[in-house]
Amino acid sequence: MNLYKEARSLIKVNIREYGMYIALFVIMLTFSIMTDGLFMSSRNISNLLDATGYIAVLAVGMTLVIVIRHIDLSVGFAAGFMGAIAAIFMSQLGVPFYFTIPIILVMGVVIGMFNGFLVAQLGIPSFVASLAGMLIFRGALLRVTEKTGTINVDDDHFNAIGNGYIPSLATVGGLNLLSLIFGAVVIIFYLYSEFSKRRNKLRYNFEVISGGMFAVKLVFVSAIIAYITYIIAGYNGFSWTVIIMLLIVVIYHFLTTQTVLGRHIYAVGSNPEAAHLSGISVKKITYIVFGSMGMLSALSGILFTARLQSATTTAGTLFELDAIAAAYVGGVSAAGGVGKVTGSIIGAIVMASLSSGMNLLGVGISYQYMIRGAVLAIAVIFDVMTRKQRA
Amino acid sequence: MSKPILEMKEISKGFTGVKALSAVNFKVEQGEIHCLIGENGAGKSTLMKVLSGVYPHGTYKGDIVFEGSVQSFARISDSVKAGIAIIYQELALFPDLTVYENIFAGNEITQGAVVNWNRTIVQAKEMLRKVKLNVNPETKIKDLGVGKQQLVEIAKALSKDVKLLILDEPTAALNEDDSENLLTLLRELKQQGITCIMISHKLKEVIAIADKATVLRDGRTICTLDASKGEITESVIIKNMVGREIDDIYPKRTNRSFGENVLEIRNWRAYDAKLGRNVVKNVDLHVKKGEIVGIAGLMGSGRTELALSLFGNPKSYKLQGDLLLEGKTRSFKHTRDAIKAGIAYVTEDRKGDGLFLIQDIKNNISAANLEAVASRGIINGNEEVKVANGYKQSMNIKAPSVEQIVGNLSGGNQQKVSLGKWLFVGPKLLILDEPTRGIDVGAKFEIYTIMNKLISEGMSIIMISSELGEVLGMSDRVYVMAEGRITGELSIEDADQEKIMHFATQ
Repeated sequence: MNLYKEARSLIKVNIREYGMYIALFVIMLTFSIMTDGLFMSSRNISNLLDATGYIAVLAVGMTLVIVIRHIDLSVGFAAGFMGAIAAIFMSQLGVPFYFTIPIILVMGVVIGMFNGFLVAQLGIPSFVASLAGMLIFRGALLRVTEKTGTINVDDDHFNAIGNGYIPSLATVGGLNLLSLIFGAVVIIFYLYSEFSKRRNKLRYNFEVISGGMFAVKLVFVSAIIAYITYIIAGYNGFSWTVIIMLLIVVIYHFLTTQTVLGRHIYAVGSNPEAAHLSGISVKKITYIVFGSMGMLSALSGILFTARLQSATTTAGTLFELDAIAAAYVGGVSAAGGVGKVTGSIIGAIVMASLSSGMNLLGVGISYQYMIRGAVLAIAVIFDVMTRKQRA
Repeated sequence: MSKPILEMKEISKGFTGVKALSAVNFKVEQGEIHCLIGENGAGKSTLMKVLSGVYPHGTYKGDIVFEGSVQSFARISDSVKAGIAIIYQELALFPDLTVYENIFAGNEITQGAVVNWNRTIVQAKEMLRKVKLNVNPETKIKDLGVGKQQLVEIAKALSKDVKLLILDEPTAALNEDDSENLLTLLRELKQQGITCIMISHKLKEVIAIADKATVLRDGRTICTLDASKGEITESVIIKNMVGREIDDIYPKRTNRSFGENVLEIRNWRAYDAKLGRNVVKNVDLHVKKGEIVGIAGLMGSGRTELALSLFGNPKSYKLQGDLLLEGKTRSFKHTRDAIKAGIAYVTEDRKGDGLFLIQDIKNNISAANLEAVASRGIINGNEEVKVANGYKQSMNIKAPSVEQIVGNLSGGNQQKVSLGKWLFVGPKLLILDEPTRGIDVGAKFEIYTIMNKLISEGMSIIMISSELGEVLGMSDRVYVMAEGRITGELSIEDADQEKIMHFATQ
């Protein structure tokens, strides 16, 4: 009974944070029931996650941009353009993929820093600056793909980023062994970090959640990781896209929650004047955040090009709005200073789940857009309501 | 005996978990100036929000009787229609619009669907005459000083045929001259039969102007004092506000011994390119170790600008002159350099550019010195909580935990968080800009005690303040500024209010 009470108060306090997870769970459960389990099948979940990758990495970068009270509309076509440049490098200039990828990522950083220059140095509103960038990259993408139209990429290593899976080594009862091992490693890592966090807190004599609650939490989260691993291992195992996505989330989650840099980003977002007077360089933070956004749009372009195994004239269309929607669904606040990268990833998965589920149900594309729009609106309404309640 | 224009009976109002008002009774007679007094969080603002319809009828318990009939305001416009106007501390004017547009904003003089601007201007002039404000009605609000803006607000209220005027800390942002003008105006409005409720922290004002004064404490009415019976005195008010007697607002300090110069500036000038003029002119000043140096002066005399020019120059003034910190000439490119050199600056506007209101106490306290709780760029969250807990205890910050969001704290506690943030930097020189503005008597005393403790530990303090009592009560030496210059330097033995005002108005 006490455990139940503790759980209830935990959920109540963190409702903003858990809201999204609960929403995702409800959506997945609903679709599973409506499709007789087809939605949660290994094949569908694998495809769903792979198709989310290039939006998810954009959403991570966009989270930070919105946190510091800016916006970047140029990321979609910037991704398309850099994807095309990658294709040209490999198929027309013969640059090997292991050179191409770092070059494109650096190019992304440079492009992002240029946006940062316009916004931080010249003081141009980011909406306008990035709108200009969007038009420019759209033109640039058309320019480089004009002659040939679609540029095919025949580098197998490169294409594996978007289509390939980690090797299985062996199969155990129809399950991909390396993927199972990977899942197990993630669980062990999770348990280790939770235990060491708790031990540290106890060392400082801080309050911790009760032992029972702690055990429930560990078992619950481990079970979820195990279940996801089981589903994914049942198809082709973890794809490289998913691995890259996870890596980006882990790095950015760590960066934003555990480092001085991350704290400075949120400080700038919650009150730029106070941040400046606290000795934080608002300009530097703006450069870094836009630079990271540029790098992630390059990565998004690489993922998308690899997935299609080609660069097309329309690549990147509306990516920026999908990324922005994912961030808002994931709990980022338009007023700045609030939002987590993990939330944005969940937001991206929520939006992708809606598309995937409705496709399975054969819902017409017109209704799909309306429903996704409604979900976006509801998410923001929920966000505003819970914030009012706390104030 | 006049009849009551307003009676608020047994008003109770709660927010989730907190009771803000419990059975408050509040009665205002026709044509009087009635002051509402209480510590921050006593419920004054909540009571006025109930009255003006910000909290609509039904969200509170009790009755509002205005001009003899029970009112049920569903929204602010209902109370305006009844003749109640409220002027908030943060003025609600449109800075980019003109004076006349502001006076009639939301109450436009129209012919059909079209605004009649000519008649608006004529009427605006009439209103400005009433509040004795001599400005061109076509001036933009942002080009007026705060004092004049306040008068525009009052003109706006008058244009709506107001019967009951409510002012929420009207003089908090005004200098002594403007405050005096405002009080004079209120007396004149009283002659014209306008009843006025004034919320104020400044007891001198209350004593000067109030016919009655009601004291609230912890959401309850404590008493209503009557000036005609001689009940409105400083000691009576303070006793009722805090529920205990404070014999001295300023804590005594025993030793006044100072060391070497910590800061010295010579011929210091700061040019503001945006304004196109010098905001600090040829200032010579020094601060010794263990000394509290007060900087007095009127609003706009260049005190804040001087502080910012010393603190890494965040407004990018063009600086000239010498700055010596512990005898060494220094120049700072960024605020960060000044912090590293040992200067801390607690801003005047804690909500605007001091605190991260949406973040919690611990994040605010560590914000200017994160490196101290981090190694290789990675924050030790537990160490951070420990540090924050330390300040929470030593400064008596009232909050359930250091994870409390700062925006939800009272003004006094916010100021303590702000102070804690800068103490954590470990400064040699602490610059406090209006350290007790808008906070209650109890918290003021606590801040003063902290200041005394800091200098006894060898820190030096520059205190910028518009409250002469505070300057005289706390400083060891006083500089007075006017129009960017230092016009006078007084040892505390020589200083008194008249001398300071003499220099401040030069």
